[in-house]
Amino acid sequence: MTLRADVGLTLGQLDLEVALSVDDGEVVALLGPNGAGKTTFLRAVAGLVAIDRGRIEIGGTVVDDPATGVFLPPEDRAVGVVFQEHRLFAHLTALENVAFGLRARGVPRREARARAAGWLGRLGLSDHAGSRPAQLSGGQSQRVALGRVLAVDPSLILLDEPLAALDATTRIEVRRDLRRHLEGTGRPTVLVTHDPVDAHALAHRVVVVEGGRVSQQGDLATVTAHPRSAYVAELVGTNLVAGDVRAGVLTTPAGAVVVVPGDAPDGPALASIRPSAIALHRRPPEGSPRNTWEGRIVDVDRLGDRVRVRLTGPLDLVAELTVAGLAALDASPDDPVWASLKASEVAVVPADAGPGDTDGCGEPAGER
Amino acid sequence: MTGATEVRSPVGARRTRRGAGADRPPWPVLVLAGVATLFFALPFLGLLWRVPWGDAWRLLTEESSLQALRLSLVCSLSATVLSVVFGVPLAWVLARAGFPGRRLVRALCVLSMVLPPVVGGVALFAAFGRRGVVGGPLYDWFGVRITFTTVAVILAETFVAMPFLVLSVEAGLRGLDRRPEEAARTLGASRWYTFRRVTLPAVRPALVAGAVLAWARALGEFGATITFAGNLPGKTQTMPLAVYLALESDTGQALVLSLVLVAISFGVLVGLRDRWLGGGPPEVR
Repeated sequence: MTLRADVGLTLGQLDLEVALSVDDGEVVALLGPNGAGKTTFLRAVAGLVAIDRGRIEIGGTVVDDPATGVFLPPEDRAVGVVFQEHRLFAHLTALENVAFGLRARGVPRREARARAAGWLGRLGLSDHAGSRPAQLSGGQSQRVALGRVLAVDPSLILLDEPLAALDATTRIEVRRDLRRHLEGTGRPTVLVTHDPVDAHALAHRVVVVEGGRVSQQGDLATVTAHPRSAYVAELVGTNLVAGDVRAGVLTTPAGAVVVVPGDAPDGPALASIRPSAIALHRRPPEGSPRNTWEGRIVDVDRLGDRVRVRLTGPLDLVAELTVAGLAALDASPDDPVWASLKASEVAVVPADAGPGDTDGCGEPAGER
Repeated sequence: MTGATEVRSPVGARRTRRGAGADRPPWPVLVLAGVATLFFALPFLGLLWRVPWGDAWRLLTEESSLQALRLSLVCSLSATVLSVVFGVPLAWVLARAGFPGRRLVRALCVLSMVLPPVVGGVALFAAFGRRGVVGGPLYDWFGVRITFTTVAVILAETFVAMPFLVLSVEAGLRGLDRRPEEAARTLGASRWYTFRRVTLPAVRPALVAGAVLAWARALGEFGATITFAGNLPGKTQTMPLAVYLALESDTGQALVLSLVLVAISFGVLVGLRDRWLGGGPPEVR
């Protein structure tokens, strides 16, 4: 059931040329700025827009090939799409929404409703089976939208910024649900997102699309460590540290310690640290920062007027300085430095371990 | 929805503090609006005034009255059903399909709205009459005659009523959020299934409003009917025709029948307004 998509499409300002293969059970995150063509790529794969060049193959079936004139409409592609704005049917209850795809495919009403009820139960929404979308919260709606897709057992799953419209707390819950249920499908999955935390939690591989082209791809750690454009640096170039929070202190599996804001809940979590929040020193720093690590400079990348300094040590980190800041630091690769960081600069997201964490460590900078 | 109300509320709050008087329109507006309201109310008051209440029940239950009432209901409802069955697809094509000459087709399809109904009747006659383009062959080959039958009444009423439904549904379709339809297609719904299960429910307010307007128009149809279908009691003599005929022989019956028509129309408008036509935008989301 793999996806092989070579999408060439011109739509207004957008000139899209993106080739992507996704294997069974693989989740690929498509990252990129607005207008880069991520959503258009999804729409092309779903059959909501026809491609001009290239070829799309789902599970060995050609669904769109301009050269031979093949074009299967969306309903014949067995592709499930979770949209950013849930797009539930306002006049149907949650149960009827989930049953919709089954009914459309000719499953008898009673069986469709029974299966839909099963999905609502798995998504913890049994109490809301009779609610209309207007009566559901954002998180509940998005879960119903997910159930609606999973109920038809699509051979390919596309998620278009499924968490973007949700508030922070709900986002965590729905992300967890997505993770749990996407893992179970074993289907190729493409996730459009602009949040590296989503990519980390859900995706095995990251493909960055800029201006209609793939600008970079690989596993998240590699992309984060070596952003090839200012956009990637800005977007995914954040340090993600996985570990366990106890009383305001996050401990990584390797034993490194990060002091985090005191209100962070205990449990498995991801700490997100912006490279620009890290200060570097040649001597152990004095004063207030509670996070100080000694490390060694691995290499220095220049991106515009900023430099990205990769460090190795108890934590593998990327720090971002100005060119002047680097000159003032007066350090070269292999030099020992101290990195410091205020606890308040650490953003903590409760999470269970993501697919990117199969070896138990979330540090982005290590090439392992 | 509620967001809009909240945004407006500071202004509303200020108004309430300054008292309801702040909302009173300037007096010239008030006077002119009052005159307009009177202009609409007086004819009905006149009707109520002139109706011979003592004889009303007898006049209403006369066989000729009941016949006209029955015929009117059957024909206007048939015309409404025909308008929905053909008008909704027509509206869909006008709203969604891009083809050359679409504006011309739309103009043609709603022409009967602005045409004098008598002219519509003459045109129908030219098409479906015994020597008409369609009516001629129909009669010569199958012996079927349409003019001066109940079918002719229904055709005439559909001819003038359907544009109301078409315009209403077309506007509804144009204003529709199409994203749920896309979602339906990706869930495996064919175009037809999507149309029935997603599009139609979403335009229901526009559909109901259009159907009510079309029905009201059909119920009141006079000119095209009398020209194309004639004035045969029990066969083509609907309420408006009966009223017109009675006016020459029995004014009392004309008044009573008129009052019945007014009551039906008014009842439908009031009854449906809040439920289907009023309130904010249709719940498309």
